[in-house]
This record gives sequence, C-alpha cells and structure tokens, in this order.
Amino acid sequence: MTTQTDPQSKLAAYSNPERLVSTQWLAEHLGADNLVVLESNEDVLLYDTGHIPGALKLDWHLDLNDQLSRDYVDGERFAQVMGERGIGRDTTVVIYGDKSNWWATYAMWVMSLFGHEDVRILDGGRAKWVAEGRDLTTDVPTVTPVDYPVIERDDRTIRAFKQDVLEHLGQPMVDVRSPGEFSGELLSIPDYPQEGAMRGGHIPGAKSVPWGRAANEDGTFKSREELEEIYLGEQGLQPSDDVVAYCRIGERSSHTWFVLTHLLGFERVRNYDGSWTEWGNSVGVPVER
Amino acid sequence: MATQFTASTRTDDLPEAMAELAGEFHALEQKDRLQLLLELANDLPDLPERYDGRLGEMEKVDECQSPVFLAVEVDPDPERTVHLFISAAPEAPTTRGFAGILHESLDGLSAEEVLGVPDEAPYRFGLAEAVSPLRMRGMVGMLGRIKRQVRARTTLDERQ
Repeated sequence: MTTQTDPQSKLAAYSNPERLVSTQWLAEHLGADNLVVLESNEDVLLYDTGHIPGALKLDWHLDLNDQLSRDYVDGERFAQVMGERGIGRDTTVVIYGDKSNWWATYAMWVMSLFGHEDVRILDGGRAKWVAEGRDLTTDVPTVTPVDYPVIERDDRTIRAFKQDVLEHLGQPMVDVRSPGEFSGELLSIPDYPQEGAMRGGHIPGAKSVPWGRAANEDGTFKSREELEEIYLGEQGLQPSDDVVAYCRIGERSSHTWFVLTHLLGFERVRNYDGSWTEWGNSVGVPVER
Repeated sequence: MATQFTASTRTDDLPEAMAELAGEFHALEQKDRLQLLLELANDLPDLPERYDGRLGEMEKVDECQSPVFLAVEVDPDPERTVHLFISAAPEAPTTRGFAGILHESLDGLSAEEVLGVPDEAPYRFGLAEAVSPLRMRGMVGMLGRIKRQVRARTTLDERQ
C-alpha cells in the first residue's frame, strides 16, 4: 500500500482493514500525494451541492455503466474515467457516497472488476461527514489527467451472470432486498417506483438478509463481531463458502459484497448485478415466494 | 413500465415560461445544465404554512427516487389558475430540481394550459444526457400527477 492505513481499532478487527477509513483519517489525509477521493451517489446532483474538499464526482450511471448495452464500461472507457480524475494504477482511492455508501461500494466493486488494488470506503459515507460538521465545498478541483492503463475487465471472479446463478442454485445465495421484495409483495424498494420486474419473489434457496442489517444508524458498518453474528451465526454462512449476492440492480448487493469480502474475509463472493430486474423478467427461470 | 419518450428540442408547443426555461437549458453545455438544475432546486419555494405537517394529505410521487409530495390548487377564477406546492428533500437535489422546473414553468398558468403540456415535456430540457435517461422518469411522473390532479379538480367542479 502506498498510503498508510487507518489504525482505528474498530477497523483493525476486520479481515481487510485497509479497505475502510474513518472520517477522522480522511480529514487528516486530504491532499495527500497519490490519494484521490471520489463521491458516488444515487443523486447525480448531490456532489454539486457541496462535497468533501478535493473530492471528485463519479456517477454510477454516466461513468461506470455502458450507455448503450446493459453492462459496465470497457477497459478503454474505464481508463478514461480514471485518468481524467488523476487516478493512476497505483493511486489510493477513497470512495464515499449517500445512502449508506450503496453507490460507493458499487463503484469499488466496479473498480475491482478492473483490478484496481487500493480502493477504500469512507466508513459512514457522506452522511457521517456532514453530521460531524466537517468541511464541505462546492469548488470542483482542477485535475491534471494521468494515463491509466487499459485493463480488460474480469467478469469471472466477483461478478455473476444469470447463467452462473442458474448453475449456482442450491449453493449459498443472499438476497439483500427488503423483506417485501423477497416475499414478492413488492417489485422494488419500498417507496421507490414499483416497476422493473414482471414477477415478484426471490431466487430459490436464497437467504433473506437485507443489506441494512450490516449498517448502523449513522451509515457506518457494524463491528466484526456483530456482522459475524448475523452472517455466520444466524445465517450459517462460512468464509469458505461460494456466495452469490443480489438485489434489484446490484447496488445494495455491492454493499453486502463489500461486507462479506472485505470485512468478514469470505473467499468467493460474487455480485449478481443483473439481480431481480433481470431474474424477475426472465422467461423460464425458477422463482420462489 | 414507463413509456419511452425521445429527447427533443421542440418548444413551440410548450407554455411560454416552460419554453423559455427549455431554451435556457439548451443554450448551456451539459455540466452547466446541471448547475442550472441545481439553482432551480435551490429556488423551489418552501411549502406555505397551511401545508405544514400535512405531507400525508399531499400526493406522494412514487416515480421519484426519493420522497416527493405534491399538492395542486385550482382557483375558482375564469382561467382556473393553477398553483403548485411541492416538497422534496434537500438531499435529493435532482428531484428538487425537477420539481423546480415544473414549478417555474407551470405555477400560475390556467388549467387549460397545464393540461395542454405534452406528457413528454420533461425530455425537452436536454437533461436526459446530463443526468441519464433513467433518472428522468421522476419528472415524467410528477408532471403526470400534476395534470391528473388539475383534471380531477376541474372536471369535478363542472359536474357540480
């Protein structure tokens, strides 16, 4: 690691403590060499209302999704997105965002598809930084673009496609959506537009562990002990398990992917980004209610 | 499923204030369009006191990604002047900006003018590329609900 890690004791208990930083750590390291801070939100304008000084906007849809086919950007576009933000292959990137870091962990997951090594999440995200009364600015930093190599996206290690999920049936799977979506009463997040799927329910055999159970009220991640109690104790998952996580479009399951992979040290967790908007619309796939 | 609308620069079938605002957006580059949207978000008027603590009685716009509440009043004057009251959280500036566009464009118009606004009008501001088309459906939903409320209030009165 090029940038030192946050030695906070809560973080030290996690499997990969270098993947998380506290607001205090970030405040002390703003402006450090080879550190780039990115804000990734559900609301595309939120960054423009005020952001952490020096932070740059990374929009999940406009920057990380291909604008034509339902997929992520390719290596060339990814290199452009990173390079224009001054991010090189060895840059330490800290990501934070709204909604308890849904889109921050989503952005980390996409960066991990391209094997960017040093990506960290700000524990508590945007809400905690704001709640602590820390500095915000509307100044958008001027960036000197750098060259980011064109890397081929790895879709086999932490990403699952529909066919992978079909082959995975009967093995550990975590549905991180709300209980209403899991049971099939709702087709989307409560209070969100109820559209996007022809069928309600869940993938047969999936365990219902809503993403929010891994988060505290202030948006920070629960302690390792609390997380183990949920995923290992209550759900009976093992760090050696091959696990697939899904939600509606893959953002909330990125949060759980992060928890299982980096906080609890699971060896193989794949995010099924097609999630319910693909499964619930697919012809001939099994659905359980 | 939401109807798919195509972006357009046509403004001659929009009410004057809406056409002007659409023209302002089109005159700007993408990133400046976001700044204008943010200004409109900031300019969205607060709810008048009579709506304080009465969000439950307002119509909730389910198409938006974050809670938006809407109330429509129609005056008994000959024009049937329409007044819009919209509440959206500061943490959801895009949604507030959409509400701001509709408020700026439609508040104070006659019921007939509001009902004459094309359903795809939200795609006339050049915003789909700036915020992604996916996020536009919130504004389409808001406009649809405004028109429905205006229609309900005016046709109800005619029957009386």
